[in-house]
Amino acid sequence: MAYRIVASQCTGCSACEPECPNMAISEKNGTFVIDPAKCTECINYFDEPQCVAVCPVDDTCIIDNNYPRYSA
Amino acid sequence: MASPIISLSSIAAPGRAKLDELLQQVAEHKGCGTSSGSGKASCGTGAGQGDLSPEVWEKVKNHPCYSEEAHHHYARMHVAVAPACNIQCNYCNRKYDCANESRPGVVSEKLTPEQAAKKVLAVASTIPQMTVLGIAGPGDPLANPEKTFKTFELISKTAPDIKLCLSTNGLMLPDHVDTIESFNVDHVTITINMVDPDVGAQIYPWIFYKNKRYKGREAAQILSERQLQGLEMLTERGILCKVNSVMIPGINDEHLVEVNRAVKSRGAFLHNIMPLISAPEHGTVFGLNGQRGPSAQELKALQDSCEGEMNMMRHCRQCRADAVGLLGEDRSAEFTTENVMAMEVEYDLESRQAYQAVVEQERQAKAAAKQAELETMAGEHSDVKILVAVATKGSGRINEHFGHATEFQIYEASTAGAKFVGHRRVDLYCQGGYGEEEALESTIIRAINDCAAVFVAKIGGCPKESLKAAGIDAVDRYAFEYIEQSVIAYYRDYLEQVRGGAIVHGTRGDAEIRQGAFVAA
Repeated sequence: MAYRIVASQCTGCSACEPECPNMAISEKNGTFVIDPAKCTECINYFDEPQCVAVCPVDDTCIIDNNYPRYSA
Repeated sequence: MASPIISLSSIAAPGRAKLDELLQQVAEHKGCGTSSGSGKASCGTGAGQGDLSPEVWEKVKNHPCYSEEAHHHYARMHVAVAPACNIQCNYCNRKYDCANESRPGVVSEKLTPEQAAKKVLAVASTIPQMTVLGIAGPGDPLANPEKTFKTFELISKTAPDIKLCLSTNGLMLPDHVDTIESFNVDHVTITINMVDPDVGAQIYPWIFYKNKRYKGREAAQILSERQLQGLEMLTERGILCKVNSVMIPGINDEHLVEVNRAVKSRGAFLHNIMPLISAPEHGTVFGLNGQRGPSAQELKALQDSCEGEMNMMRHCRQCRADAVGLLGEDRSAEFTTENVMAMEVEYDLESRQAYQAVVEQERQAKAAAKQAELETMAGEHSDVKILVAVATKGSGRINEHFGHATEFQIYEASTAGAKFVGHRRVDLYCQGGYGEEEALESTIIRAINDCAAVFVAKIGGCPKESLKAAGIDAVDRYAFEYIEQSVIAYYRDYLEQVRGGAIVHGTRGDAEIRQGAFVAA
């Protein structure tokens, strides 16, 4: 039910943080992390997950397979 | 009048026959100082106040990026408070960060607005000729509006004499024009690489706008509309706008003539056409797909062809978003956050002003010397033009040792006078150890190969001989003199020798614009 950020790819640019409608993104040791409990994959907010859309590095905000897909 | 449209596609081809033709057209069309009557003197901001109105001159005279003349005397700093970006450019890679890497979009550390404000005070106290604070990223300042404007707010309170400026891709510009105006930011730079979405689609893979990622032509169209709208809104309010354009051979080189017209008609003050920085090790799309940057002559030909009624910037060093110092020098390593936070800073406006008054005296002496030298050329007319490379560490004087130069400033000399036309980065030659001769041969000569002479404060016998073999006259007799005065004096002698038959004046080859990181700094 959540996206996660691949820490090794994150540039720490912070672009995703203010775009998240759930305030699920925060900085941790220079890179950004998504709180899976808050992430809704932007369903019911936007057509596409905002962190994925704004991230400058492809395949850095990805679905976290440790959680089932979010359903509203 | 508008510049003639000159095709540059031919220059990108290996054959350079067309280049001479183009240069000839440009030479016939106009030259520095030769325009009279209705035409704008093409030196523009380079010649000091020139034909600028007193209000505009007041805004630019201490701004190293907006006045070529000022950049010899005044310093700027950037604070890296804006890491986020909302567009992707094929010449940018945000993952790369190396202290030896010098290009926009790369910084060593991010700052909070509070850290930035402290850093500005620390630098202003250490470097009294630092007059301008810019926010240029490393992302886009207007994709980080809270951080950007908080920084301006803090600095305008603690150091009100420092000019504020910002550099943006323009996507969010129309939304922030009022705020920009309210902070008295009177210099804004917009990077505009195209006004045609088909060209834009080759430069920008995507933009993020109104919660959506747009791609290809659609993305470029939105970006272009927002950029031009923002430019119009700023110029209507009397805010000076500089337009930066990255010259990408084969993609937008010809098109930039059209961009120049589009931004000129919307009131842009200055156009800065910069060479693409592209190398595989940068990991950018252009670096990886082998897209080359322009040669020195290709860049100059395009700049010359755009230099109609609009000022062209030729002294841009494409600096980092955390650069500190005069353009061409980088003192950012002295002002790490750790150092800055440990510094006892006392902001002394009076001593800054006293220092700047001395700088003004020096500037006036320099301008008077240039004028006096120019008068010795009165009535002279010749088609002979030469380029001269100059080793300088600022103040408009020839005051750098050849072996210590990290860059050379390039002046074009003609019967119209001396005109700054660019600069060339070179690696430090004087590093000791091995390979000095090869470094000289391979790097410096390639970088100034189009110059007839190089002016230095001092030079050793060996490099002097190597330069001579390459047809470049190493000149140390003007050591510590003013640059422009010396260039005119040299040219006068050169012309006499050409006329007397002692020198056969011929066209010189092209030169290379150096790419990549400094190997030593």
